[in-house]
Amino acid sequence: MSKFKKKKKGLPAISTASLPDIVFMLLFFFMVSTTMRETDLVIKKPVLPVASEVKKLEHKSLVSTIYVGKSKDKKISGDKIQVNDKIIDINDIPSFIFAERALRKEEEVKFMTTSIKADKEANVGTILDIKEQLRDINALKISFSTSKGTDLKSNY
Amino acid sequence: MARRENSEINAGSMADIAFLLLIFFLVTTTMDVDSGIARKLPEKADPNQETPKVVIKEKNVLDITVNRSNQILVEGTDYVQVTDIRKIAMDFIDNGGGLSNAVDDKPAEPCDYCQGAKNPLSSDHPSKAVVSLQSARGTTYGMYVSIQNEIEAAYNELRSRLSEKLYGVPYSQLLKDYKDNPSESIKARIDNLKGKYPQIISEPEPIK
Repeated sequence: MSKFKKKKKGLPAISTASLPDIVFMLLFFFMVSTTMRETDLVIKKPVLPVASEVKKLEHKSLVSTIYVGKSKDKKISGDKIQVNDKIIDINDIPSFIFAERALRKEEEVKFMTTSIKADKEANVGTILDIKEQLRDINALKISFSTSKGTDLKSNY
Repeated sequence: MARRENSEINAGSMADIAFLLLIFFLVTTTMDVDSGIARKLPEKADPNQETPKVVIKEKNVLDITVNRSNQILVEGTDYVQVTDIRKIAMDFIDNGGGLSNAVDDKPAEPCDYCQGAKNPLSSDHPSKAVVSLQSARGTTYGMYVSIQNEIEAAYNELRSRLSEKLYGVPYSQLLKDYKDNPSESIKARIDNLKGKYPQIISEPEPIK
């Protein structure tokens, strides 16, 4: 009689054998797409303005970034310019660009772009000064870094 | 007796190791794509060389001025908002009220693709129309970028309109196609559009 009694079976356990594969797949995705942030911001993180007509910056290795923003210390006013890991004076920008150029191959130099990541509260005067310095040394390709959006009202 | 075969390595903890790495990369990853408004700065003139004087008629210049309180003045008379600039710039560039410059062997000709008002008091030809943006040192950067964005948008919209008319696709689609597979024919089209509506933006010294 008990021969035909159905054995009470729970649901079969889901096989976890493929779990490592799935996880590895995700892992590789993140390993490939990750870019380690190489600069620590000394200034307050700039709040980028919004723009709709943006172009993506190609060739990340050819981009040198200049940050403009307020100092973290509230007592210090005015715009601060940061490149790499330190705050620099406006007159040091040419030497920064020359240092960046020295790291690249000669034929790549003309494709180098300077990306200006400035806070939306920064003064245009500072930006124009930077542009003037860049013109002096013939670093003519620039990009005003913005986040994509259409709400221009939030810029000012 | 035969020796016992090597027991398999237990792969059960593989998932844990992978998870650990995964979480590490998840946390450190930053997926910020760097995008922005691209601009090309004008070259510095050689100080030893006499720069030829270029005379530009006032009607061919759209004068946009921003003061330090972020107020915008167009042509020295109209007080406008940022959102108005696109329309104003488009009307100005696309006016086509006169003849283009005679280049080499090509004679001066009227703008046959313009759809503007052909107002004789506004710009002659898109190739002559200069947009001038003068800002004060105290203007905020957000305002400056907004105006640059609107000027860029005006050019893009004009190019797009012409592109739809000539090739049946918007300008942005052409640019995208060119990025996906660069071919001579698409490049010729883009260059043609850029030539028809060249970006001529001048930024004079800031007002103190």
